Amino acid sequence: MKVTIDGIEIDVPKGTTILQAARMIGPEVAPPTMCYYTKLKTSGGYCRTCIVKVTKGSTQNPNPMPKPVASCRTEVMDGMEVQNITSPEILEARKGVVEFLLINHPLDCPVCDQAGECKLQDLGYEHGSAKTRYEFKRREYDMIDIGDKIKLHMTRCILCYRCVKTCEQITDGRVHGVVHRGDAAEISTYIAKAIDNEFSGNVIDVCPVGALTDKTFRFKQRVWFTKPVDAHRSCTKCSGKTRVWLKGDEVLRVTARKDQWDEVEEFICNSCRYDHKQVSDWVIEGPSKISRQSVISQNHYEHLNELKLQVLKQQKALGFMPLDKRP
Amino acid sequence: MAIQLTNRSKVVSNKVQTPMEKLYLPAIVKGMLITFSHLFKKTPTVRYPDQLRSRAGIYRGQHVLKRDENGAERCTACGMCAVACPAEAITMENGERKKGEEHLYREEKYATKYEINMLRCIFCGLCEEACPKEAIFLTDRIVDAEYERDTFIYGKDKLVEKIDKRIDVSIRETKEVAEFKKIPGLKHNELFDSSKQLKKGKH
Repeated sequence: MKVTIDGIEIDVPKGTTILQAARMIGPEVAPPTMCYYTKLKTSGGYCRTCIVKVTKGSTQNPNPMPKPVASCRTEVMDGMEVQNITSPEILEARKGVVEFLLINHPLDCPVCDQAGECKLQDLGYEHGSAKTRYEFKRREYDMIDIGDKIKLHMTRCILCYRCVKTCEQITDGRVHGVVHRGDAAEISTYIAKAIDNEFSGNVIDVCPVGALTDKTFRFKQRVWFTKPVDAHRSCTKCSGKTRVWLKGDEVLRVTARKDQWDEVEEFICNSCRYDHKQVSDWVIEGPSKISRQSVISQNHYEHLNELKLQVLKQQKALGFMPLDKRP
Repeated sequence: MAIQLTNRSKVVSNKVQTPMEKLYLPAIVKGMLITFSHLFKKTPTVRYPDQLRSRAGIYRGQHVLKRDENGAERCTACGMCAVACPAEAITMENGERKKGEEHLYREEKYATKYEINMLRCIFCGLCEEACPKEAIFLTDRIVDAEYERDTFIYGKDKLVEKIDKRIDVSIRETKEVAEFKKIPGLKHNELFDSSKQLKKGKH
């Protein structure tokens, strides 16, 4: 099936969603997502950040769709034409969505452990407005400990359902879910029952905001002062392939590796995540690839060589003579 | 011929001195007169530290970590100053506030250690600009001279302002910040009170 997104045509198999097709083209045209997760079935459709405009339904029915559609839940049709970043209307609508997501957000990024790798921060920076128009009291909850390793800040939650779906699909016998409805909805466990499944720690990684955070890493260090390295160990429960966040010789935390869409590559078990905080426990493969745009790459100088090569290449193309070769 | 880089170069000649010039004394007297005349001119130096030169109000000198009007430290160790610092002079360690320490620290997280290396610091003021909590400010105080290099690493004992000796930084407040502080509904402008009542203030 042929689909055109922002003027770029791509051939995709039947059953692909608009979002997946856009991701195949590249990160420039891929809509941002807060709730959709490739590895979790039936995820998506809650947050509305991935809305796009369909200007032509299909070759058979060329009428445009009347309203913006959620690209994570809409399958492509042959000859469909979609606008994402080329439509000012969509950018305006997305700004509104961000405003709604931030309505009850406490904006406590200076305190939050997720700051620096938070999708809501990125989304607010790229699509939101600098000012708030909200004048009322924000939703307030007390912090809850879910088990002895996870801290839940319900104030920061955007109700994406990713953690609920992770527990449903990755672990057996989920004990937490979303209770109440609408404005009063919140993640909760059956009477604060602890999540003690072997893979329950993955809810921390899938959480796009700082609602579910690792208690063993709580207030230890800002993420951009730590050094992420890819490491592995032989584990009987999971693949053992993780990302270890170091500060000097100290392992501050262990997370799963994430791909360019900030989605977990392989879920890891709790024993890898919480119990192996020694450098000697891990075989370190090398520094993790962090996007140059991320604050985590601040003060990391791995990219300098790459940059130097680029400059040399450009100089050569422009006909500059290198300094040391001048007469 | 060499390229002329400036117009200050002088052409050197091997001119033979006149008998008057060979005497040297008139030239020496002329020079002494210039020296003597300076005795009656205004001195360009000041007798520091007894006498201080006037500085602009926004002079960027030694940093201060501010407390709020309840005396609680404003800094929440978010790390924005350290990441903004071009000289990498700032380091910090975070800690969690315990129950009963609400009068000491404003937020639930605080800096257990906060150090600025004054030898590295270039006093650019980017830390002040980056701070989301109005905690760090540069003041018009001058960093003292020391004998040892380690004494230039200023910890919280030197940086946090004393409760009884508050440092006024209101002159450094920009117009935007002053406007922002007038909005009482913002969490930033709320005050902590022991009776859990949130007061609104403009500080």
